[in-house]
Amino acid sequence: MMLDSKVPTGPIADKWTKHKNTINVVGPANKRNIDIIVVGTGLAGGSASASLAEMGYNVKAFCYQDSPRRAHSIAAQGGINAAKNYQNDGDSIYRLFYDTVKGGDYRAREANVYRLAEVSVNIIDQCVAQGVPFARDYGGLLDNRSFGGVLVSRTFYARGQTGQQLLLGAYSAMNRQIAKGKIKMYNRHEMVELVKVDGKARGIISRNLVTGEIERHSAHAVVIASGGYGNVFFLSTNAMGSNVTASWKIHRNGAFFANPCYTQIHPTCVPRSGEHQSKLTLMSESLRNDGRIWVPKNQEDAELVRQKKLKPTDIKEEDRDYYLERRYPAFGNLVPRDVASRAAKERCDAGFGVNSTGEAVYLDFATAIERYGKEKALILGLSSPSTQKIIELGEAVVSEKYGNLFQMYEQIVAENPYKTPMMIYPAVHYTMGGVWVDYNLMTTIPGCYCIGEANFSDHGANRLGASALMQGLADGYFVLPYTIGDYLSQDIRTGPISTDSKEFFDAEEKVKETLDKMLSIKGEKTVDYFHKKLGKIMWEYAGMARNKEGLDYAIQEIKNIRKEFWTNVKIPGSQNEMNKELEKAGRVADFLELGELFAKDALERTESAGGHFREESQTPEGEALRNDEDFAFTSAWEYIGEPSEAILHKEKLEFNDIELKQRSYK
Amino acid sequence: MDLILKVWRQKDSRAKGKIETYPISNISEHSSFLEMMDVLNDKLIEDGKEPVAFDHDCREGICGMCSMYINGQAHGPSRGTTTCQLHMRSFNDGDTIYIEPWRSKSLPVIKDLVVDRSAFDRIQQAGGFISVNTSGNTQDANAVPIPKDDADKAFDAAACIGCAACVATCKNSSAMLFVAAKVSQYSYLPQGEVEAKDRVVNMVEQMDKEGFGNCTNTGACEVECPKGISLEYIARMNREYVKATLIKEK
Repeated sequence: MMLDSKVPTGPIADKWTKHKNTINVVGPANKRNIDIIVVGTGLAGGSASASLAEMGYNVKAFCYQDSPRRAHSIAAQGGINAAKNYQNDGDSIYRLFYDTVKGGDYRAREANVYRLAEVSVNIIDQCVAQGVPFARDYGGLLDNRSFGGVLVSRTFYARGQTGQQLLLGAYSAMNRQIAKGKIKMYNRHEMVELVKVDGKARGIISRNLVTGEIERHSAHAVVIASGGYGNVFFLSTNAMGSNVTASWKIHRNGAFFANPCYTQIHPTCVPRSGEHQSKLTLMSESLRNDGRIWVPKNQEDAELVRQKKLKPTDIKEEDRDYYLERRYPAFGNLVPRDVASRAAKERCDAGFGVNSTGEAVYLDFATAIERYGKEKALILGLSSPSTQKIIELGEAVVSEKYGNLFQMYEQIVAENPYKTPMMIYPAVHYTMGGVWVDYNLMTTIPGCYCIGEANFSDHGANRLGASALMQGLADGYFVLPYTIGDYLSQDIRTGPISTDSKEFFDAEEKVKETLDKMLSIKGEKTVDYFHKKLGKIMWEYAGMARNKEGLDYAIQEIKNIRKEFWTNVKIPGSQNEMNKELEKAGRVADFLELGELFAKDALERTESAGGHFREESQTPEGEALRNDEDFAFTSAWEYIGEPSEAILHKEKLEFNDIELKQRSYK
Repeated sequence: MDLILKVWRQKDSRAKGKIETYPISNISEHSSFLEMMDVLNDKLIEDGKEPVAFDHDCREGICGMCSMYINGQAHGPSRGTTTCQLHMRSFNDGDTIYIEPWRSKSLPVIKDLVVDRSAFDRIQQAGGFISVNTSGNTQDANAVPIPKDDADKAFDAAACIGCAACVATCKNSSAMLFVAAKVSQYSYLPQGEVEAKDRVVNMVEQMDKEGFGNCTNTGACEVECPKGISLEYIARMNREYVKATLIKEK
């Protein structure tokens, strides 16, 4: 099969408009006769469901949570990018496009990224019209802040809860359509299989998580919006239930999986504290606007800090190593995430880490508090305020900006980050890889679409901060609703899809067999035991730095864990009831396959690019070294059985509007 | 830490539930409450027993999925905290901890500690939105300035996570804090004005239909709300409601 990205011809700035003008559309009367299934209700799935229903399609939306409002988009903190140029700092669609391609280390599809930048401006308008309470300045206009990897302020935010507010906006748009009967909502339902009829996606099999009932649902098209697969590492900043199952099921049914090894390890997370840990918590990257990252300059000091014999506040300014400012003077603490994460790992590996595990660096707000305090004192007209007063005023400003994050940190660590620097360490956060899609966001299965984090399309090998929300909403509000019409225009005479066909019957049988098999093992180890074991291998050998030897080992080891899982997993309870262990088991079974493909992809890509760092491919200064000659392509894997035996298809990446350069943030 | 857990067990919505006792040991004070529950479940599975079903997802206090009544308090003893953010350092070695589901007729138990909060969704569907279709042609986001104070207050109201701690803690099982938060968010924004009257009337009507009680100004909801949603919003909703019903044109 040949990969056809279906990127329209013509100048990059005209592609999307031209495409919209020339693709087929479905008339209003016909839309009423067409059903669309959307799996996942985060920013991508929620906004897509609402928009498709507004247009007149009949939407069935599915989520495993008890309400669509709980999808993990809700946890995004920092903000959403848009090329509005409200700050008059020279921002433009082109600049957002350029930053995103560069930030992705030149491994994204140019045309998709340009379209993303183009529609970014509409997103902000749309959300404000929906009543999303973005932060505003005293003139009543929208406020912006800056994020890593860029030199302008284009990030819109709602305190530290931007994802929550945007998701509740999409949720409210969904609610309006649910009330009208245009969206039928299936809460506490999990998609467990895709159904294809005549090669086209025509429905899904779902499991009702309350009753255990296996259900058939048909539609003319299926949209997967189920998020990323960071939980393959067990410990990540994802929600406990975030999973790869929907994506993996369509992969097994013929959808190619692209760049699985591109994972974002986010630099500012709360360090892990012990074996009991079930998840990691992110502290928004926006903190790097004002926080300065450092470790002690002397190893002896670091040692004393680890033993709690020395406090960070007692380390003198000249004995601190602000290593990001030192290594990257132009971008400083605002280098992209992959660069910041690796730099933290480098310092900790060299013995400068600051908590008892040796895996943490400081994020210090003292400078910012003082600066803001002085500014505020000036505004208030205080002449010669005391240091105490300045700190007090400064803390109030910092609290206004990041209050909820500071509170969250204090709850977890039991230390006051206003008084002592935060400790942070990188953690798995986002997966740039995902299901391969063409320009229309359709997978290699006709009628099966994939949007948001679940697809691979816009972030290349590294995502810039505040771009995930932008992509989720762009796909759902402004891209898919148009492009899906092109495909559905062939379906206006099809009529309702029956669920009584052999294809639905077979798919249902397959699901029931798998569930029975899992429950009948009655082994000795819990589901979490396998998940943790897989996560350790992934983090150790396919985490922040990777090499051939480690990846070969990982592939073998994952195969072993998978084998053990299918002979020794212990799942209590039965199928026909709420059974949380059975839910987890299904998800972990899929992670155990994805993990192997992930390692295989990392093994094959012998260059370093963005979040994918191969130790064999680095510059003398230890920066990621790309190999454009051999690797300027997207890896799209075709499933044939054993994950590591998948067939590699290459989509060549062409850069006509941006010159390929080695990334530099110095 | 060693603890005695008293946990509500109930097979399904129709079954009769009861409190079971589980001793548990070697819990780290740094672990979260739900991580402690993970340890309990691991142990129960190992012993061939059914693990305790409970709702949870993001484990960082924002999705609103977790919902436990701990020692008679919604989300446990800490203020401004969801159960998933509660840490075991808030308890003492040797403590006995009672863990129950939310209790309200309108939030029926599905299993063990899992309750059905779909009533909340239905209230939102009755009017918790602004009727604007997706289009690339809404007016520019900065076309209508909104005073910072109003935007901030709208945000404070919008911070509600829909966990239903307010209902669980209220002696009347009132959902007014939840409903008021949404009504107030839109009432502070010019975009919300157009449908303000219908919104408040329809949402309140649905709230009553779901069987939630009324507010008698006890204020427990505000105290237990993990996001600190203010009781003032209930007053604001009442004002909106009176405005809508006294001078409703339709």
